[in-house]
Amino acid sequence: MGNRDAARLSLFLLLAPLVLWIGLLIILPHLGIGYLSLREKVAPRVYQFSFANYVDFMREPIYWNTLLRTAVMSVLVTVMTLVVGFPIAYYIAKVAGRRSRAALFLLCLVPLWVSDLVRAFGWIVLLRETGLISGFLQWSGLARGPVELLYNDATVVVGLVYTVVLFMIVPIVSTLDGMDNSLIEAGYNLGGSRWTVLRRIVIPYAMPGIVAGCIIVFMLTAGSYLTPILLGGKNSMWFTEQIYEQFITRYNWESGSTFGILLLAFTSFVVWAGLRLSGQSLATTVAKG
Amino acid sequence: MTNDLECERLTKRFGPFTAVDGVSFEIPRGSFFSILGPSGCGKTTLMRMIAGFEQPASGDIRIKGRSVLDLPPNRRNVKMVFQHLALFPMMNVGENIAYGLRCAGVARNEIERRVKDVLARVGLPDVAGKEVAQLSGGQKQRIAIARCMVLEPDVLLLDEPLGALDLKLRERMKIELKLLQHQFATTFVYITHDQSEALVMSDRVAVMNAGRFEQIGTPQQLYHNPASAFVAGFVGDSNRWAGRVVGPEGQGVRVDIGDGLSFVAAGSAPAGTAVDIFVRPEAISLAAAMPGANRLDGMVDSLLFNGAASRVLVRLADGQLVEVAHVPDGREGGLEVGAPVALSWSPDQTRCFSRAA
Amino acid sequence: MRVQLTTTLAAAALLAFSGSAQAETLRILTWGGYAPDAIIKEFEKKYPGTKVEVTLSNNEEMIAKLRATGGAGFDLAQPSHDRIFAVQKEYGVYKAMDLSKIDTDKIAPNLLEAVKTNTTIDGKVHAVPHQWGTSGIMADKTKAPNVTGWPDLCDPQYQGRTSMRLRRTILLGTAFGMGENPFEAYGDKAKYQQIMDKVAEKLIACKSIVKTYWQGGDDLINLMKSGEVIVSETWDSTAYRLYAQNPNIVYVPPATGALTWIDTFAIPAKGQADAAAYNWINFVMQPDIVKLMSASTGATSAVKNGADLLPDDKKAAVAAAFKPKDLENLKFFANIQPGIEDIEGKVLERIKAATAK
Repeated sequence: MGNRDAARLSLFLLLAPLVLWIGLLIILPHLGIGYLSLREKVAPRVYQFSFANYVDFMREPIYWNTLLRTAVMSVLVTVMTLVVGFPIAYYIAKVAGRRSRAALFLLCLVPLWVSDLVRAFGWIVLLRETGLISGFLQWSGLARGPVELLYNDATVVVGLVYTVVLFMIVPIVSTLDGMDNSLIEAGYNLGGSRWTVLRRIVIPYAMPGIVAGCIIVFMLTAGSYLTPILLGGKNSMWFTEQIYEQFITRYNWESGSTFGILLLAFTSFVVWAGLRLSGQSLATTVAKG
Repeated sequence: MTNDLECERLTKRFGPFTAVDGVSFEIPRGSFFSILGPSGCGKTTLMRMIAGFEQPASGDIRIKGRSVLDLPPNRRNVKMVFQHLALFPMMNVGENIAYGLRCAGVARNEIERRVKDVLARVGLPDVAGKEVAQLSGGQKQRIAIARCMVLEPDVLLLDEPLGALDLKLRERMKIELKLLQHQFATTFVYITHDQSEALVMSDRVAVMNAGRFEQIGTPQQLYHNPASAFVAGFVGDSNRWAGRVVGPEGQGVRVDIGDGLSFVAAGSAPAGTAVDIFVRPEAISLAAAMPGANRLDGMVDSLLFNGAASRVLVRLADGQLVEVAHVPDGREGGLEVGAPVALSWSPDQTRCFSRAA
Repeated sequence: MRVQLTTTLAAAALLAFSGSAQAETLRILTWGGYAPDAIIKEFEKKYPGTKVEVTLSNNEEMIAKLRATGGAGFDLAQPSHDRIFAVQKEYGVYKAMDLSKIDTDKIAPNLLEAVKTNTTIDGKVHAVPHQWGTSGIMADKTKAPNVTGWPDLCDPQYQGRTSMRLRRTILLGTAFGMGENPFEAYGDKAKYQQIMDKVAEKLIACKSIVKTYWQGGDDLINLMKSGEVIVSETWDSTAYRLYAQNPNIVYVPPATGALTWIDTFAIPAKGQADAAAYNWINFVMQPDIVKLMSASTGATSAVKNGADLLPDDKKAAVAAAFKPKDLENLKFFANIQPGIEDIEGKVLERIKAATAK
């Protein structure tokens, strides 16, 4: 009896941090913003329950255009991250020697050692009109005048890919790690070309890692704030910026909360659609990866 | 030209280490050829060179008389059954078998027909729709072979495919493999460190040690006429003594093994040569000695009953144990532990090899 | 988004906790440079029982922070004079001020009056002036010698070489530049909407001329110093800082009048160190402290002879920028009425969302 109580207590103690974490830092704030989003301000300090904030969102094309744009750009970033990250992950997992593996992994981690802000400023130093790359292009004669490389969508995409690529590499490396090399050799041995082996054996095997990486990257990208704003400059249009504006500049917590809930719902929908299209489920991907 | 596979002075080095050292052999069409050796002897490297996963440092590999050194693995008509089979987990059984055909661009209905056909030939006609994980160990084995055989390869390489099976299944699969090989009439090259697998299934066996072939021959030749001390020790069980040649005697030489004991062994070597002597347990008789036989006296130490493969361990005066084949007939009055026995065997059955310096 | 929100809420929670800190701490919520270490040291020397803690912020975040906690977590805040009235009506985050505890006779009467009228609710005053400055135009004389006002920011001859901060100041400035008086339209929302629609159109068309929108003072300094931008909207203090490094970069009070702000002292509703807060307010009005303060902020103190107490280099910069007629033409930011900020916010969103061509 006492033994069982002790077991129960230790289970409780083990779970307590998780429950507190999820409860206090995830569920509670979301309940809070969910509640806020359903309040409509009718007069100073007077609120009533309504869906007016959601209706406002639907009525204002700027808002849902920004949300759509954020989603489309995030999908683009996810695809590019996959294209860039997969070969790196394959190299780390299957080609590199044991020692260079650790070094490569570390190299991928380096961007995460500095803060978002510093990273974005690094890009600004490189890409601005009087920056290093512009200077190099002029020096080498490839460009006649100064070149402004900031403040456009391509720069935002590149900056985001750089920031999140590690989150694509790690889950793919960990699934490919578990892959017996003889599967690849068997693929060749039975007459497969490089492309066939990649398409029919390596990619299907890595699929859980790929999907997990894509989900993480997509969510991180859609929820990122500093990189799109600093690199996008006057042309940045990111939904998180709208949320910040609502909360901070316009003191409109109600509509800010509405936007937050909508971003969460919309990105969840995109992830769900992606899972359906790729025939995967959360249990076989994120949980495994 | 009747050889399916020929290797000529094949050598492979990894840095300063020579994994395969000037190996030459040829395998006639439709035979079962085994490469037998302890782990690390270079047999896997040899097989990977044949499959095209490693490039030899020198030498040549010819399949049906044509050098394949310049062909990548996917263009060689040599298929391989991997140690852990390497069935593709993302495909079902039918897709696994169809994979190679699809790579070769075979038409869809033709693929379907050939998959069905090969599954029938390996005796698993109804598993095409199953997932790989649903199969038993033996079934997986047959699917792995079917996946290769459906492509009608010139040579099928098998890399210790029985290693992962339990003993009983392994015994059964040995026979099954041999039957399959007969049925497909394709050249099998089988790699193993298990001498019994090699002896049971093969038409010919190559014994490999430290990157070289010690001997190539039929299982009987290897067993009865080993060409080197390594082969004698590695293939089958042997009693072994170290000694020194005294001088020629009869057809062979007399060897002094110390403690005042000496045997006559087949072979020839100058007096004073350090040698190893090998005697198979089944060559030793517990019955009355023939004239001219080698003899030893001892005492029954233990009886190891194992049906037809039963053994008696006999302890000599100096404490050494000798293994003797002895099948008890089940009647009363057999051997008893502690009973004195006299061992004898003919000099023809006594192999003697000079010890490598 | 969630990161943003969680931080906000976590910050709010932390603030609520730290509200119970000991009464000897004076927690100031203010702008960068408004509480330099040198002054804090002097203050703590004079009032040994008080420890000063500084949190740097801007108008929007100041309000957001105080609103999150209902006015707790800080003992003294420094919002601009036009950002108090509506916020106080809506959220009640400030306490009424006890002017008898402040040496009001040291403050320039016109500024004190302006702040009093702007922040009186139900007969109670909620803020006193601290420093003032203007928003206008900054230009590199060598490359843009003929800059006179807001319309120059959208002049095609400076294509790709102008910058502004996409906040309400630029909306107001542009309105003035177009011959409107937005402050007079504050009472008439329809009229104000009309003006803002015109401003939006203008600024959207202007987007292709603007290089980028600057985010903060350092950002702007970098853009000007590198020469990437030659004409920009600016705070005068930022322009003065650049003038000290490069006398070609001057502050130009717009012909329609520089927009003038007064940063104030206000006491948060749940402040816990009112006495220390009043001490600080009086302390920073001493002439030698005013000098230190102006050197740190670049803005002019609201004490009677504030301009005389500017450091020499700032005095020179002011002299280079302001003619007497400019000083007579200052446009004080008018109180923001409820609803005005919504109109402005939507206009800013529209401008931000438009594509530059």
